[in-house]
Amino acid sequence: MMDRELKNLEFQSRIDRDEKIEAKDWMPEEYRKTLIRQIGQHAHSEIVGMLPEGNWITRAPSLRRKAILLSKVQDEAGHGLYLYSAAETLGIERDTMIEELHSGKAKYSSIFNYPTISWADMGAIGWLVDGAAIVNQVALCRTSYGPYSRSMVKICKEESFHQRQGFEIMLQLCKGSSEQKAMAQDALNRWWWPSLMMFGPSDKDSPNTAQSMAWRVKRFTNDELRQKFVDMTVPQAEILGITIPDEKLKWNDEKGQYDFGEINWEEFYSVVKGNGPCNKQRIHARKKAHEEGQWVRDAALAHAEKRSKKIA
Amino acid sequence: MKNWPLYEVFIRSKNGLDHKHVGSLHASDPQMAIENARDVYSRRMEGVSIWVVESIHITASDPKETSAFFEPAEDKVYRHPTFYNLPDELEHM
Repeated sequence: MMDRELKNLEFQSRIDRDEKIEAKDWMPEEYRKTLIRQIGQHAHSEIVGMLPEGNWITRAPSLRRKAILLSKVQDEAGHGLYLYSAAETLGIERDTMIEELHSGKAKYSSIFNYPTISWADMGAIGWLVDGAAIVNQVALCRTSYGPYSRSMVKICKEESFHQRQGFEIMLQLCKGSSEQKAMAQDALNRWWWPSLMMFGPSDKDSPNTAQSMAWRVKRFTNDELRQKFVDMTVPQAEILGITIPDEKLKWNDEKGQYDFGEINWEEFYSVVKGNGPCNKQRIHARKKAHEEGQWVRDAALAHAEKRSKKIA
Repeated sequence: MKNWPLYEVFIRSKNGLDHKHVGSLHASDPQMAIENARDVYSRRMEGVSIWVVESIHITASDPKETSAFFEPAEDKVYRHPTFYNLPDELEHM
C-alpha cells in the first residue's frame, strides 16, 4: 500500500473516532482545500452580510433599535474575523482570501444579494436569515476541524440575540397598525424563499456532500438542515400571525414534519452566478471600502516601523 | 493585510483564572493587537486581561512526534493517587 493511502486511512479512522483535527496535523490535500473553500465562503458571508443591514443603521426607528443593529453588524465583522483566522490556520493568507472575494473567485451566501427595502427587512433578516444561519452553524459546532469548530461555538453563542432581535421587530410590526403588519408580511414574502436557498442545492445536486459528510466537515445534509429550519419556523410565523408564501406548505402527520413546495432553482443558480439584484453593488462596496482604507493600513504600518526604530 | 503580522490572543476571563488562547488576529503593532483583541474577542465582557504574542514567537511540539514525545508519562500510573490500594477505613487521604 502506498504511504499516502495509509495516511488517508489513518486520517479517516481518526475522523471516525470523532477526534478533532488540528492545524498542524497531517490531512489530505482535498480536506484542506474543502475547508479553505468552506470557511472562506463562510467568512466572506459574514463580511458581505454587514452591507444589507448597514443600509438601515442611520434610519433605524429608535435609538434602541439603532444600538442593537450597530451591535449586530459589529458582531458580523467579528465573526468574519474569527473565520478568516480559522481559514488562515490551513495555510491560506488573508490577502489571498480578500482578493478572491473581490475578483469573484470566492463565493459568499447569495442571500446578501437581495436588497433591504423596508425596515421590516431588518426584522425578517434577523428572524429568517440568522435563523437559517444558526441551524447551519449549530450543526457545524461539531465539525471535525478544531479551529473551525471553536469559531462556530463562539459565533453560535453570540448569534442567538441576532435572531431574537429580528423576531422582536417582526412581532412589534405585527402588533401595530395594519400598514405595519402589511410591511412584515411583505418582508416575509420576499425573504422566505431566499432563506430556504441558504442551505444550498438539494442533496441530489450536491456532489460534494458525501465526502464532506464522511470527513465530518458537514454533519447534516443541505436538505436535512432545510427541513429542520422549516419545521422550526412555521410555528413562529403562526405566533406572528403572518403567512408563509408557499401554498404547498402542510403538516405531514406521517413524517412528523412539514411538506413544502419546490425552490425556484433557476433563481438560485442565477444569483450564485452573479445575476442577483445586488451582486455588483455588494462587491463594489467591499472593494471601495478596501481601497479607501489603504491609506489607513499604510499609515499604521509606517507608525509601527517608526516606533520599532525608536525602541531599537 | 500585507506585512501586518499575525498575533495570538490570550484572555483571562476573571482574576484567579489563567489566560486562555481564544484566537488570532492581524495588527500592525502590539498596541493595535491589544485594542483589536478587545473589539474582536471581548465584546461581551469576556475578559479582564489580554495578552497578545506574535505567532512567529510560539514554538510548538511537533504533532508527528506526539506519541513518542508524550510517551514517558504513559507507563507511570503510580503518579496518580488512584494507583494505591489503601484500606476503606482510611478516609480523607
